[in-house]
Amino acid sequence: MTEKLHNIIAPYVGETGGLISAMHAVQAELGYLPEDVLPVAADLFNQTKAEVKGVISFYADFRDQRAGANHVRVCVAESCQSVGSRELVTALEERFALKLGETDLARDLTIEPVYCLGLCSVSPAAEVNGKLVAKADADKIAKRVEA
Amino acid sequence: MIKIYVPLDSAAVALGADEVAEAILSEAQKRDASVQLVRNGSRGMHWLEPLVEVEQEGKRVGFANVDEGDVAALFEADFLTKAEHESCIGEVDEHPFLAKQERLTFARCGIIDPLDIDAYEEHGGLAGLKRAIELNREEIVGDVMLSGLRGRGGAGFPAGIKWKTVSEAEADQKYIVCNADEGDSGTFADRMIMEGDPFCLIEGMAIAGLGVGATKGYIYLRSEYPVALKVLNQAIKIAQENNLLGDNVLGSNQAFDLEVFVGAGAYICGEETSLLDSLEGKRGQVRAKPPLPALEGLFGKPTLVHNVISLCSVPIILAKGGEYYADYGMGKSKGTLAFQLAGNIAQGGLVEKAFGLSLRTLIEDFGGGTRSGRPFRAVQIGGPLGAYLPEDLLDLPMDYETLAEHGAGVGHGGLVVFDDQVNLREQAHYAFEFCAEESCGKCTPCRVGAVRGTEVMERIAKGEDWAQNMVLLDDLCELMVDGSLCAMGGMTPIPVMSAKKHFPDDFEPDQAVRAAE
Ligand SMILES: Cc1cc2nc3c(=O)[nH]c(=O)nc-3n(C[C@H](O)[C@H](O)[C@H](O)COP(=O)(O)O)c2cc1C
Ligand code: SF4
Ligand code: FES
Ligand code: FES
Repeated sequence: MTEKLHNIIAPYVGETGGLISAMHAVQAELGYLPEDVLPVAADLFNQTKAEVKGVISFYADFRDQRAGANHVRVCVAESCQSVGSRELVTALEERFALKLGETDLARDLTIEPVYCLGLCSVSPAAEVNGKLVAKADADKIAKRVEA
Repeated sequence: MIKIYVPLDSAAVALGADEVAEAILSEAQKRDASVQLVRNGSRGMHWLEPLVEVEQEGKRVGFANVDEGDVAALFEADFLTKAEHESCIGEVDEHPFLAKQERLTFARCGIIDPLDIDAYEEHGGLAGLKRAIELNREEIVGDVMLSGLRGRGGAGFPAGIKWKTVSEAEADQKYIVCNADEGDSGTFADRMIMEGDPFCLIEGMAIAGLGVGATKGYIYLRSEYPVALKVLNQAIKIAQENNLLGDNVLGSNQAFDLEVFVGAGAYICGEETSLLDSLEGKRGQVRAKPPLPALEGLFGKPTLVHNVISLCSVPIILAKGGEYYADYGMGKSKGTLAFQLAGNIAQGGLVEKAFGLSLRTLIEDFGGGTRSGRPFRAVQIGGPLGAYLPEDLLDLPMDYETLAEHGAGVGHGGLVVFDDQVNLREQAHYAFEFCAEESCGKCTPCRVGAVRGTEVMERIAKGEDWAQNMVLLDDLCELMVDGSLCAMGGMTPIPVMSAKKHFPDDFEPDQAVRAAE
């Protein structure tokens, strides 16, 4: 693992904002940032583990646990609220029997909030497994999850 | 060969544009029709997306809300040569939503192939950069000053003054940083132009580089925008191959190069000093000002930080001169603004108009009122830190000064419309929740105040010690305004207080208890 992490992270040393780009790269590869990332990144970027952890923990994108293969992100910001995102969240929570912000690894499912996807003219918005969905409703989202 | 346009814009893609494009290609093949598919940006009539356009006798005819399942029927109805199918909206340029606009910054968006550099030039691109190369630094900065352009990221600071400061600063290295963090709900203009006309941003940044003497630029892009990332990276590569970027920009003997940096899901990183720390690979914590980023920005070097739309307005200012741009608008609000119609609106999309038109014109004439068909109740202007305004203020002209007089701001130009189903107490509550979620944590009034705010709002909702909590709410907001280091904590009281001021009924105890049930 350490060697693998080293190989992913090393090319970003010396790049502007390299630590953050490196963490994106690790997460793209592994789906999350394992504990082992701390010593490897600290060593390569010449920082303490606490400093690296401080950076990782600041950003909402970085996760310490892999998300479900079915990954739903629902927009909960104002524009989507104005056309029923609160009700949409409730409907999804009931349908999938999972609370917003939770992962069920047994079912390989994650539902998370996101603050604006830039689709506010066609709200409510969501993203399912990397694909954007506008004028979203629970059926549209569930169809993507099951597909 | 008939040209067909299917947008690659995220809003169109989120409504099925990719599938429509594929279906058109396969159906054309089946029928031996000779078509050329262009993936354009969006025209900004998002309620009509996916909007397919067909070039018929030199005119672009539109077919609205096309679903992949409709494609065979479109071919049956001869949509390549006839404007007959029921989804046809006629010539797109003639559509009143577009015909009434003043598109300076968005002149090409949705019209050209975003990655076709020749089309870019044919439609007026590069004229600004070419003219800038003929000018000296003072003259470039002078034109920006003359244009009256103010920052479109939210604060509305005069661009010319910032350019002058960076230009006159002595340093071995200066930077141009484009703020493409666009975190405000209700805004998507940055995304649209990055996806639909990326060379415009590249040109604007190159001109900025020449104007202030910077050789390196970064676009700080939020991670929620994967389509923009892909388009920008392709555009930068093409720009480098065509010497728009590189050691010798269009033969000027001046260097300017550019790269994209992807953020990691933090709203506060849209604040410029937080953004700079993040770009340095650190936690995106807000820095105390002074020093101004213009003097000590990225890695301590003079840095021109601008919003995407500010930078995308620069090419036309240089192409036509500052006076041309300043002719649009009113008072101290010069030029055009890309208004974004969002939320509960029938005709959501982008309206570029000179400052000074009313909210009512935007919401009713362009937007067609609420999407639900229910009565209008409130509009939030300028993102999560913006004010909620009621019906009786809709005749205010949209400009920086008038809105400021009413405790509101233009922000990044986003309007989020709500119908009568909204409860403004809930919206005020959300404003605190959002601040608590996104605070960088550096100062107490914001970090702790936001959490206290959610607690106070909960008690108000339940009608618990209602009167005291309403007073506490005022005190808390005052404390956040006075004590916060940046506008995150300092402006969260704006949505809260405007909701309370204009929609007091929603805060009344019995109302509150009913809403909570
Ligand atoms: C909490 C917060 C969030 C902000 N988010 C953005 C943003 O997403 N995009 C942006 O351009 N400016 C944002 N700003 C404003 C920037 O701090 C800065 O004023 C702007 O980038 C300057 O560019 P301009 O002069 O072109 O507007 C934000 C400010 C604050 C306080
Ligand atoms: S007001 Fe909030 S976001 Fe701004 S510096 Fe203070 S804690 Fe950070
Ligand atoms: S607020 Fe939901 S997409 Fe912008
Ligand atoms: S920076 Fe410490 S209280 Fe504001």
